[in-house]
Amino acid sequence: MADTDYHFVRDSLIAEKSPPASTVGFVGWVRSNFFSSAIDIVLSLIFLYFGIRLVLLLFEWGVTSAVFIGSSREDCLDTSGACWAYIFAKFKLLIYGFYPVELRWRVDITGAVGLVMIIALALIYSYGTKFLKQHFTSLFIIFVFVVYPIFAFILLHGGSFGFVKVETEYWGGLLVTLVIAYIGIFASMPIGVVLALGRRSEKVLVRLVSIIFIEFWRGVPLITVLFMASNMLQYFLPKDVEFDKLLRVLIGVMLFSAAYIAEVVRGGLQAIPKGQYEASQSLGMNFFKMMVFIIMPQALKLVIPGIVNSFIALFKDTTLVLIVGLYDFLGMIQSTFSDPKWSVPQQSITAYAFAAIVYWMFCYSMSRYSMYLEEKLDTTGR
Amino acid sequence: MNNYINNPKIRSLLAQIILFLLLVFLVYSALVNVSENLASQNKNFGFGFLSEAAGFKLNFSLISHDETVTYGGIFVIGVLNTILVAILGIFIASILGFVIGIARLSKNLLVSKIALYYVEVMRNIPLLLHIFFWYFAVFSFFPPIKKSINFFDMIYINNRGVDVPKLVLDDGAGYVLLTLILSLVGAFFLGRWAKTRQNLTGKRFPSFIVGTCIIIFLPLVVYFLAGSPMSLVRPELKGFNFVGGVRIVRSLFAIVAALSIYTAAYIAEIVRSGILAVNYGQTEAAYSLGFSRIELLRLIIIPQALRVVVPPLTNQYLNLTKNSSLSTAIAYQDLVAAFAGTVLNQTGRAIEIIFMTMLVYLFLSLLTSFLMNIYNKKMALVER
Repeated sequence: MADTDYHFVRDSLIAEKSPPASTVGFVGWVRSNFFSSAIDIVLSLIFLYFGIRLVLLLFEWGVTSAVFIGSSREDCLDTSGACWAYIFAKFKLLIYGFYPVELRWRVDITGAVGLVMIIALALIYSYGTKFLKQHFTSLFIIFVFVVYPIFAFILLHGGSFGFVKVETEYWGGLLVTLVIAYIGIFASMPIGVVLALGRRSEKVLVRLVSIIFIEFWRGVPLITVLFMASNMLQYFLPKDVEFDKLLRVLIGVMLFSAAYIAEVVRGGLQAIPKGQYEASQSLGMNFFKMMVFIIMPQALKLVIPGIVNSFIALFKDTTLVLIVGLYDFLGMIQSTFSDPKWSVPQQSITAYAFAAIVYWMFCYSMSRYSMYLEEKLDTTGR
Repeated sequence: MNNYINNPKIRSLLAQIILFLLLVFLVYSALVNVSENLASQNKNFGFGFLSEAAGFKLNFSLISHDETVTYGGIFVIGVLNTILVAILGIFIASILGFVIGIARLSKNLLVSKIALYYVEVMRNIPLLLHIFFWYFAVFSFFPPIKKSINFFDMIYINNRGVDVPKLVLDDGAGYVLLTLILSLVGAFFLGRWAKTRQNLTGKRFPSFIVGTCIIIFLPLVVYFLAGSPMSLVRPELKGFNFVGGVRIVRSLFAIVAALSIYTAAYIAEIVRSGILAVNYGQTEAAYSLGFSRIELLRLIIIPQALRVVVPPLTNQYLNLTKNSSLSTAIAYQDLVAAFAGTVLNQTGRAIEIIFMTMLVYLFLSLLTSFLMNIYNKKMALVER
């Protein structure tokens, strides 16, 4: 009798019921993301229709009715799609400009070395061990800022070590775009750092000069800077000093982008706690040592994404040099329009589509990389 | 002696003196070079050329002018053309950017993804390429002038631009405009009065509806009383060209389209981050207090989002204004194309002209950052 357990309280749980089929799985995903309300349904249908139409249109234009193989305008004359044959025919011109054909291997080598350098830098920065990072950072800084530019100059420009000289007026295409972007970012970095320090200096005159310099360059459009470099700069130099056009433009771009870098770096400097300065001073470091070993490594690490972003902006802005008569990538594309051999209705739109793809690939990959860095370098969440 | 060298005050003073001397030397040698270079080219420095006749005419301007216009006049027309592009671009880019920014936050995956693709594609393509695309590629597919695409006999699109009707003001139109301005001012003060009264007494006044009625109907009444003094003149095809209407030249159309599409991508991101910056607790709190969806947006979300949105937004507006200088690449006669381009080539006065051009942009951007500082001070969170 006593061992019979009469209780009406449940001692085990009922098995869970699965949620309604319409809220889980693929059906649930579709319902909650595309058809959650009446307006949602209408919106989804409209966007789906136009989205599919657009994709089909682009596919038809770019692939199915496009011309890939051809040797002259006759092949592209009666197509309603892209004329990629024209891009293939002009491809070398778009990359090298008017660089002498037999010397183009010099451009190739410079580009290959640069590419290896950047990939190695990115890999070590993302995956390298602490040992690698510590020992290679200064090495890479020297390579990026000093060795590679000199190497590239010797190879591209020639005139020494037995290389034939190639004047910059023969440079063009992607080569010029990359040269301007590279110099624009790496040569302006030291100036930018100095300006950023100057703007935070306690010396009134130093601060004033830095502020005026930064605000001036940030306040004017790049195109007026380029006009200044190509029209006005020669008045300020001694009579016998003669710069070639590319160099003048490079100086303009460098000063312009230094001002933007300075503001980015200043943001990083502001984020460093005062304790870091005080601690290094109490250890007896002078200003230079404090900056190089304590402040700058922390500040620059914080602003790498910002620097990449201003590099993207600069990369897009290099197209402006065509207005002052340099043939960068876009300028080279514009110049191919004057070739009657390829004058077809689809010419300009194909060329611009190609240019858009190239610029987009560069800028998008850089912006993804900057986002990745931002996530990786974010140490606040620890 | 050693004490003096290690004294930070003296060191700092010394460094500044050296910097000052360096600057003086730089400026001095630059000025010497300028005067030598100018002398060797038989030129002098001065702004007297601004009152000389230019001898050419711009193909698009807000002020009617002929070949007798002075270089100074060209400068003014250029500035006005720049401002026109900037205003149109800012207006369209804001609307487009706002819509796309909201779409980025949509719960509908399709809508938010398409908005994302728009942003990622548009802002990773150089602006100049956008401009060339519109000017050279898009317009090359539009029909020639005789076969213009016709919208209701009012708007004609062709490969030279877009022809729209012209608004002609007759006698008495001034009264209508005056009434319009007065009723705008009146509606503004009505709104302020209504708000003050609501704050004091809690009584509401339908100021929005009444204000809208004032703005719409008062000018209409005056318009009819004055005998309909405004009329639209339609563009008409005569011979090889349109007469009567206004032509929005191809280059203006291209630059405005490119600028607004490009800048809208940046504005969309700003709007999105601004709305996301408002804590979701605010929405829940407002709903629990019985706010409607529109009241929630108007009184809770937007005022708080604006604090985050306005500074970068003005920055984008400023960028757009500076970027409008790219129109020189497609020969739209803005400040840079007309003044720093054509006038510079004609007169050769590089220093004066580039100096003036830069000053205009510098003035605009300093003015903007000045206003922004005032705004930030006013809007900064007041913490207890």
